[in-house]
Amino acid sequence: MTPDSAMPDATGHFGQFGGRFVPEALIAAIDELTAAFHATQRDPEFRAELQRLLRDYTGRPSPLTDVPKFGEHAGGARVLLKREDLNHTGSHKINNVLGQALLTQRIGKKRVIAETGAGQHGVATATAAALMGLECMVYMGEEDTRRQALNVVRMQLLGATVVPVRTGSRTLKDAINEAMRDWVTNVETTNYVFGTVAGPHPFPLMVREYQRVIGDEAREQVLERVGRLPDAVAACVGGGSNAIGIFTAFVADPGVRLVGFEAGGEGLDSGRHAATITGGAPGVLHGARSYLLQDEHGQTIESHSISAGLDYPGVGPEHSYLHDLGRAEYRAITDAQAMEAFLLLCRTEGIIPAIESAHALAGALDLGRELGPDGLILVNLSGRGDKDVETASTYFGLAQP
Amino acid sequence: MTALSDALDKARAEGRAALIGYLPVGFPSVDTSIDAMRALVDGGVDVVEVGVPYSDPVMDGPTIQAAAEPAVRAGVCIADALRAVRAVAQAGAAAVIMSYWNPIDRYGVERFAADLREAAGSGAITPDLIPDEAGAWLAAADAQALDRIFLVAPSSSDARIAAAAAASRGFVYAASTMGVTGARTSLGGAAEALVNRVRAVAPDAPVCVGLGVSNGEQAADVGAFADGVIVGSALVRCLLDSPDAAGVAAVRHLSAELSAGVRRS
Repeated sequence: MTPDSAMPDATGHFGQFGGRFVPEALIAAIDELTAAFHATQRDPEFRAELQRLLRDYTGRPSPLTDVPKFGEHAGGARVLLKREDLNHTGSHKINNVLGQALLTQRIGKKRVIAETGAGQHGVATATAAALMGLECMVYMGEEDTRRQALNVVRMQLLGATVVPVRTGSRTLKDAINEAMRDWVTNVETTNYVFGTVAGPHPFPLMVREYQRVIGDEAREQVLERVGRLPDAVAACVGGGSNAIGIFTAFVADPGVRLVGFEAGGEGLDSGRHAATITGGAPGVLHGARSYLLQDEHGQTIESHSISAGLDYPGVGPEHSYLHDLGRAEYRAITDAQAMEAFLLLCRTEGIIPAIESAHALAGALDLGRELGPDGLILVNLSGRGDKDVETASTYFGLAQP
Repeated sequence: MTALSDALDKARAEGRAALIGYLPVGFPSVDTSIDAMRALVDGGVDVVEVGVPYSDPVMDGPTIQAAAEPAVRAGVCIADALRAVRAVAQAGAAAVIMSYWNPIDRYGVERFAADLREAAGSGAITPDLIPDEAGAWLAAADAQALDRIFLVAPSSSDARIAAAAAASRGFVYAASTMGVTGARTSLGGAAEALVNRVRAVAPDAPVCVGLGVSNGEQAADVGAFADGVIVGSALVRCLLDSPDAAGVAAVRHLSAELSAGVRRS
């Protein structure tokens, strides 16, 4: 079924999902942000400034790379990578952050806060804050500051303050809680630069619109290079911003399968995973109704993934909507499958992907085997793996002389 | 009329603000937390807010988080909160549940309303549910004649204050300052200004003030302009410092001090 292109509605609902489940204290700021977002979307000057930054600062458009040797392992299908890993700061996160940072300037706030899991959104926010002269504080689960120590240093070099969050599971979910508490307290001076298509309205809409450049470019690039649309578009899904970013341009193309790959961790049966749609149920978390990992009492279940960026028990409401509609499919990829695909791309194509993106690569291997040699698969390579070398080194037992 | 409305009316008839005390069920244990709620009633609170511990309490500061975390880990749930509600009602005070939305959503909103009424509870406060998203809860609360209490904040526009007051039954919860729960040394003038703004658009709605009140003096100050004074973190602190009978005694002592405070204003 084709989704209603009018989604979300004026208060952020995608069917039964989305909305604004936040303390009243935040509503004024959210209303202000929503109005400013809509105004700037219609403002040619703002759009031109964002375009300029995306081109001259980020390096867009990002290339589309044929990976035939990797494709040999995917049933011989033709695999194309959308190279968001080549963006400045190393992932797709910068697309959204530049938009939100410009918006922060527009509403006259001087301080930004952000949550981060793998550190990619934190690095992107710290980068934009340095560029635009904003004070920046990034909340990061203590567990993640350890697994992504390199990104902590990057943020510090960029002038941001990194706050390790020691509550709950000490990962992304708790970093968001702490950032929300900061926002409730300092909302007069502070804008929350949210990193994914989750959270209260307008974030799922706003982040989608800032990320849709990925799919808009890729659709044109694929048509130009291959002369037809892909059979399937693959992306990893944590909160789901890179996936929405590449899916959106293809949602109205009924012949294009949209497949999101969630973090299956140690397997769905193990209970240690982050496959929110595959293994969760609808509920309310972090400001929106969506699928989430929860127990019988409505308490959030701590997620697990080898990839910090996917280690989140929630998911964006539009993904829940696309799933229930049957327009997109969601599947789980285990840590082991992701790491195998990670190494495969390194060895066959000379590209070290982020472990997050390796989930989409592992999914593409399966999709290719299903589609066969005539298949055409577009994969969003959402980030590069420099930040993951320590995790990979431990996983593969490398670095021993 | 719920027991909550009766309690607010009675306080008003006595020419004072009502005292509302919050404790989360399940810290340090379900039984001890219920003992502490009875101690609140002994100490003189008119209304007990029974908190449902939640894994992601974005409106709560470190004190309430510290009590909620172990309770969540121990599997404390709505059923425990309903037991506490029943105990408070039997002890002679009005009981309302304070819960983030997802535990209620998961329990089932109609089932929650029916069971809350059956437990002699008066209603619920929902800190992350704004009236805009509350259709199912408003219907369920109406069907069971329960109060539903929404929050207003210093940042709320007059239109939003009017909407929150229109959707609320029982009272309107005025958050005294921008921020999360926790004791504050100074409350500033924002709380009184907010109460006045609520009264300007909803003259008949009782307005109770929460966030930051921790002692009898502050209770007296706030009680001078509000219909009710809500105290949370300072009471929770008693049990964090001493998670046993001594903590329960400290809760009784502090609620007596707060109760004297609202009777002084």
